[in-house]
Amino acid sequence: MSAAPLLKVQDLGVTFRSSGKETMASANVSFELRQGEVLAVVGESGSGKSVSALALTRLLPGEPTCTITGQAWLDGRDLLSLDETEISKVRGKEIAYVFQDPGTSLNPVYTIGFQIGEAVRIHRHEVTDVDAAVIKALEEVHINDPRKVANQYPHELSGGMQQRAMIAMALACNPRILVADEPTTALDVTIQKEIMDLLGRLRKERGMSILMITHNFGIVANFADHVQVMRHGRVVESGTAEHVMNHPTDPYTKGLIACIPRLGQRRRRLTTLSEELSKS
Amino acid sequence: MSTVPTALLEIRDLSVHYPGRANWFFQTAEPKRAVDGIAFTIPKGQTVGLVGESGSGKSTTGKAIIKLAPLTSGQILYQGTDIGRLGNADFLPWRKKIQMIFQDPYNSLNPRADILGILSEPLEIHFPGMSKSDREQRCVELLRDVKLPPEHLRRHPHEFSGGQRQRIGIARALAVQPELIICDEPVSALDVSVQAEVVNLLQDLQEKLGLTYLFIAHDLAVVEHVSDHILVMSKGKIVEQGVPSEILGNPQHPYTKTLLAAVPRF
Repeated sequence: MSAAPLLKVQDLGVTFRSSGKETMASANVSFELRQGEVLAVVGESGSGKSVSALALTRLLPGEPTCTITGQAWLDGRDLLSLDETEISKVRGKEIAYVFQDPGTSLNPVYTIGFQIGEAVRIHRHEVTDVDAAVIKALEEVHINDPRKVANQYPHELSGGMQQRAMIAMALACNPRILVADEPTTALDVTIQKEIMDLLGRLRKERGMSILMITHNFGIVANFADHVQVMRHGRVVESGTAEHVMNHPTDPYTKGLIACIPRLGQRRRRLTTLSEELSKS
Repeated sequence: MSTVPTALLEIRDLSVHYPGRANWFFQTAEPKRAVDGIAFTIPKGQTVGLVGESGSGKSTTGKAIIKLAPLTSGQILYQGTDIGRLGNADFLPWRKKIQMIFQDPYNSLNPRADILGILSEPLEIHFPGMSKSDREQRCVELLRDVKLPPEHLRRHPHEFSGGQRQRIGIARALAVQPELIICDEPVSALDVSVQAEVVNLLQDLQEKLGLTYLFIAHDLAVVEHVSDHILVMSKGKIVEQGVPSEILGNPQHPYTKTLLAAVPRF
């Protein structure tokens, strides 16, 4: 696809300020996301990958605690210059999020159905039958008994089911971009595969774009079209997933790929990142 | 059976059942069979890997061995002595030989104690005769063993990263010079880069101190890397066991196959 990018981010930077001290969380982050495309952002904790994604819809504390610089155009509109009412229409409706830990992202005192319905009531005024929309959203993420689950509270569901409910909530408003922030890190490998298959199917059926934040190169290799590697708030390498996985040029990327134990390739010791970095 | 190296720990027919809750009419529900009649041995100086999904009973197995989960039936033989039915006081000498490393390095360290306090506590219990200065000396050695600088002794858990906290957890387990360490998902919560460092550290310590590990995890690649022998657990039972090349190269049980198919390859 060579169409114009759906989302174009240019020189995005986030700086936090606390008791007079400035901390740069990310700087000079630029990328493009086309319709139906998956971009994976990879890096260790603290590399600025989540913060950059949250900055897109300004899900961060406002001034003076946090300063966002740069530009982010969604279909030609600069998200960072929108006012609070306008940006809240983008959040959830055009760019939706799925977070790492479904157990703490869901509200424990409301039913799953209420929480999905809330998103529909806020963003889709044309919908008259909210309950039907909730059931449909739960069916889409392959929940077998959607009526029962809609009446359950988060603690009554397993981790995999909670994450499905989170995805159902994110999809209920037909977003054009889904930001998935380590959606499977807290889950078992078998559940992880189910969730990734589900996201892959939704992307194909709906032509949804996905910004996937992860530190799992296995997911990058099997799922992403493009990949961007971040370290200390900066992008150190980017390109097609295939190219970066097979021919990494940056020593940090090489190190991240080398330190993963792989099935069937038993070594006496695992390569560590610092060993790999000191080689160059 | 072929010649088996001397077993440090032998588990025979171990079960842990949690009673079902009584309902309004005083009918008791079926008990939850968390661990349901399993048997395996851990040879001295080796690493036995235990894999399975959440709820398969793998953590409960680890906990039952050191009396953190109630035993319903079965025997836990430590060098031939059944330690499964001992009272707390009688169990104390074995708790010195068997230590545990926990999954979550954020919640398994006392946030109000400094590192000296965290590492001294097991020493005070198991070596009551040790002088204060000897204890401090030992804590410094422990930090060196896990490759942390000795000046960290006065810091508190919140000042450390996840990987550093897991090193402190390892140092605490090592403090009483155990023979067997139960590692319950020791690297699952860590970044891949930190994970490699902690796995290497555990292997170095095993070589240096002759430790025996029960390594519980759901990441097959990590388990394959560290283990001499792998147990696959599902719904409270061991469904398959063998050397890593057997289990991964020629899995027999459908659950093992599912588990293998779910690992992303690249």
